[in-house]
Amino acid sequence: MASSTPRTSTTPRTSTPRTPTGTPTSLTQRSRTKGGIGESTLRPDGTLKVTGEFAYSSDMWHEDMLWGHTLRSTVAHAQIRSIDISEALAVPGVYAVLTYDDLPTAVKHYGLEIQDTPVLAHGKVRHHGEPVAIVAADHPETARRAAAKIRIDYAELPVVTDELSATAPGAPLVHEGRDDHHIGHVPHPNIVHRQPIVRGDAGAAAARADVIVTGDYVFGMQDQAFLGPESGLAVPAEDGGVDLYVATQWLHSDLRQMAPVLGLPDHKVRMTLSGVGGAFGGREDLSMQIHACLLALRTGKPVKMVYNRFESFFGHVHRHPATLHYEHGATRDGKLTHMRCRIVLDGGAYASASPAVVGNAASLSVGPYVVEDVDIEAIALYTNNPPCGAMRGFGAVQACFAYEAQMDKLAAELGLDPVEFRQLNAMEQGTLLPTGQRVDSPAPVAELLRRVKARPLPPERQWLTAGEAADVRALPGGLSNTTHGEGVVRGVGYAVGIKNVGFSEGFDDYSTARVRLEVIAGEPVAVVHTAMAEVGQGGVTVHAQIARSELGVTQVTIQPADTQVGSAGSTSASRQTYVTGGAVKNACEHVRERVLELGRRKFGTYHPAWGTAELLLESGKVVTDGGEVLAGLADVLEDEVVDLELEWRHRPTEAFDLRTGQGNGHVQYSFAAHRAVVEVDTELGLVKVIELAVAQDVGKALNPLSVVGQIQGGSLQGLGVAVMEEIIVDPVTAKVRNPSFTDYLIPTLLDTPAIPVDILELADEHAPYGLRGVGEAPTLSSTPAILAAIRNATGLELNRTPVRPEHLTGM
Amino acid sequence: MRVNFTVNGRRQEADDVWEGESLLYILRERLGLPGSKNACEQGECGSCTVRLDGVPVCACLVAAGQVEGREVLTVEGLAEYAGQRDRDRGQGRVREGELSHVQQAFMDAGAVQCGFCTPGLLVAADEMLERNPSPTDADIREALSGNLCRCTGYEAILDAVRLAAARQEEAI
Repeated sequence: MASSTPRTSTTPRTSTPRTPTGTPTSLTQRSRTKGGIGESTLRPDGTLKVTGEFAYSSDMWHEDMLWGHTLRSTVAHAQIRSIDISEALAVPGVYAVLTYDDLPTAVKHYGLEIQDTPVLAHGKVRHHGEPVAIVAADHPETARRAAAKIRIDYAELPVVTDELSATAPGAPLVHEGRDDHHIGHVPHPNIVHRQPIVRGDAGAAAARADVIVTGDYVFGMQDQAFLGPESGLAVPAEDGGVDLYVATQWLHSDLRQMAPVLGLPDHKVRMTLSGVGGAFGGREDLSMQIHACLLALRTGKPVKMVYNRFESFFGHVHRHPATLHYEHGATRDGKLTHMRCRIVLDGGAYASASPAVVGNAASLSVGPYVVEDVDIEAIALYTNNPPCGAMRGFGAVQACFAYEAQMDKLAAELGLDPVEFRQLNAMEQGTLLPTGQRVDSPAPVAELLRRVKARPLPPERQWLTAGEAADVRALPGGLSNTTHGEGVVRGVGYAVGIKNVGFSEGFDDYSTARVRLEVIAGEPVAVVHTAMAEVGQGGVTVHAQIARSELGVTQVTIQPADTQVGSAGSTSASRQTYVTGGAVKNACEHVRERVLELGRRKFGTYHPAWGTAELLLESGKVVTDGGEVLAGLADVLEDEVVDLELEWRHRPTEAFDLRTGQGNGHVQYSFAAHRAVVEVDTELGLVKVIELAVAQDVGKALNPLSVVGQIQGGSLQGLGVAVMEEIIVDPVTAKVRNPSFTDYLIPTLLDTPAIPVDILELADEHAPYGLRGVGEAPTLSSTPAILAAIRNATGLELNRTPVRPEHLTGM
Repeated sequence: MRVNFTVNGRRQEADDVWEGESLLYILRERLGLPGSKNACEQGECGSCTVRLDGVPVCACLVAAGQVEGREVLTVEGLAEYAGQRDRDRGQGRVREGELSHVQQAFMDAGAVQCGFCTPGLLVAADEMLERNPSPTDADIREALSGNLCRCTGYEAILDAVRLAAARQEEAI
């Protein structure tokens, strides 16, 4: 069944209405049902997860299954002269070895927006680790050994790795003969997309400035480093189709890209979400999905593919590394006059989400500040570096790193307190953004800063006071220190950021929910079915809470996500609680109306309140506004099943003008502020973050426990990129140097400070329940706050992430 | 080769084991016990932490042949193991089929998000609490520093272990 077709109920007496649009917030009912929104209810999958029974995508198993393995390029840019698979095919236990030539249809490329990514390399490879061939065998080691016997003759080509090399005269083109819709407005074919934003007259405003500061900033390549590796199981079906059990962020997006390559109609590619071990943007693009299906269809056997950690670093896109040039001016009394910036994002070999990342970086480059005169340009490059795409914060992270450093520089130039300077220029509700869009919901930027600043500082350094009793484990570097604190200095830094919520620039950002209400064993039970990818964020918890609140039932079953229900959109852009949560709420509201109609028909004559009062569903009963019980839900429903599948959309957005950047591009904004306290061992160049306090406006906390978890987790990812995380790409060969958890470091419990969280709930009247997307904003300001604290401690300028010991010791 | 060992108190036998297979592979792919997770298979992330004769190890770094005749405890056996331990100590509160203190605390404290790190963390945390029933925060951080978590920011994990310690103490 096509994904957009509403599914009808299996119960004849229930009908499916046409898809309504718009915002149904007026239908909201007050909730007094236990386990509803606003409570910290526990995860429905929690017990399975703590007992080891939860089935992640790498846990899938099928009798008689084969193992798939990918052979990846060992060079970054090369012509493929020949591929010889004969030795690999001859390995006992090998069932299939496939290359580009074996693809079943004329569609041999895929991509989120631009279909430029080959399913398997054809003619050339464009980055280190690009998939070239795939193998299916009866043991994973057999598949690996067979892949190693594939002979590929590469003729290496020169690489482009940065703006200079990519746009130099005669530079090799990463994609020759581009015909995507961005090529007409980019100044060079090695530029994926360019978004300028011009508003006011930055030149004239600069003339009014008393101080002007400029800065060049470098943001390293961060990896999502989700723990559950890319994996899944493809099972060929008798009808010639395939069933895929996979960890992804958006089932329907995968399906849209996969089906044409496989040469199958959508309904023959049945996708089911299996357990997802984190995502953070790294599962927006396809990884093993098509490969596993190709092998399953070719061999007629189920095929499981599981990347190891090494392969995972090549199997997904990373956060765009960036270079950013900023200029700000301010008057003596501390008001910003203008901002000019140029942001260059390295998109790597394939486009992935780069065009959208460019739009975000440009439109959020000014940060949460009022600056009327701006001249902004953001571009993403095609290079032979690893492809970059979505990661938590999506273009806003890199900009925040730079503009917050600029705020500190300006404050220092003016002799003002950095927090007060930010507050003086903070945007608020009603502020006009550089894109011309007015912020039409609360924007408590100054208040968030006030809250983190007002929090008492952590106790003074114990090295100064505790003497022999000081716990040296808490020193920067822990037990491996060589000082006992004498070379350790403390610093405090602040930052705040702005992130858009949901998909922007005119994208049709909808979600679908199917809600069924019926009586099972005498109890009313709600069943919620969406295609939302639960990647750990807790969407499944919140959906059950929404259903309890809206339908007044305690028992809610969340169906596994699959493509048998319409698209939910991506679990990214902090959008799922808003959009799929909104869809569940909307569907519940229509179910509730249907139930009340049923009740009026059955019992309307017995009590006048059925005809007049505003009725609520509460704790399994229909009650009046005043709390009088009119009927039990079970009595109203009896053997009726109310079952609806509906789409829901947030307010539409617009594309940014390609010359001026003007347009109502975003639907909602989310704000967080951090205060970081660090201690730096100035002799060894080691940093210990002591505390990372955060304040965030979440509009409405549907599940406070989950909200705090998102904010702390996002903050820690920002800490990671501040002081340790970076994929290092060799600037000469474009090869990845550290694709392992031995060499790509993510924070451990010893690297983690206390992360106290202060939550504001200023409702956004346009959003369901007034909520705001939560997941990404804390990742933005965490990094610059830590950098500011390290600068405060050391007096060093520090214009790149991550900060490494050599940057602190001057080596 | 054939490998005989005990997993979660039950005798297990794996046949046709290739010499290069890890304990993790045997558990997950041969014995149908996928609770121990395969996040890095290099001993860096702790997601596959099991106890081998009581000692926490990364199952990915243990060669299959090394487990011959030995006892392995995985997350799948944790509740039963902890329950028996508590009964042996006269802490009868944990009944059969009930989650261990540390499992329940992870849920209650919001220490489970995607949950991929959870099995390894639970085995490591339970072992630490067995050795050190009243850990300081520094003790917890040190004991669990070999277990990576990418979702939670670890605060909830610290909370969970503190909570489990408190409940364990209460139960005495």
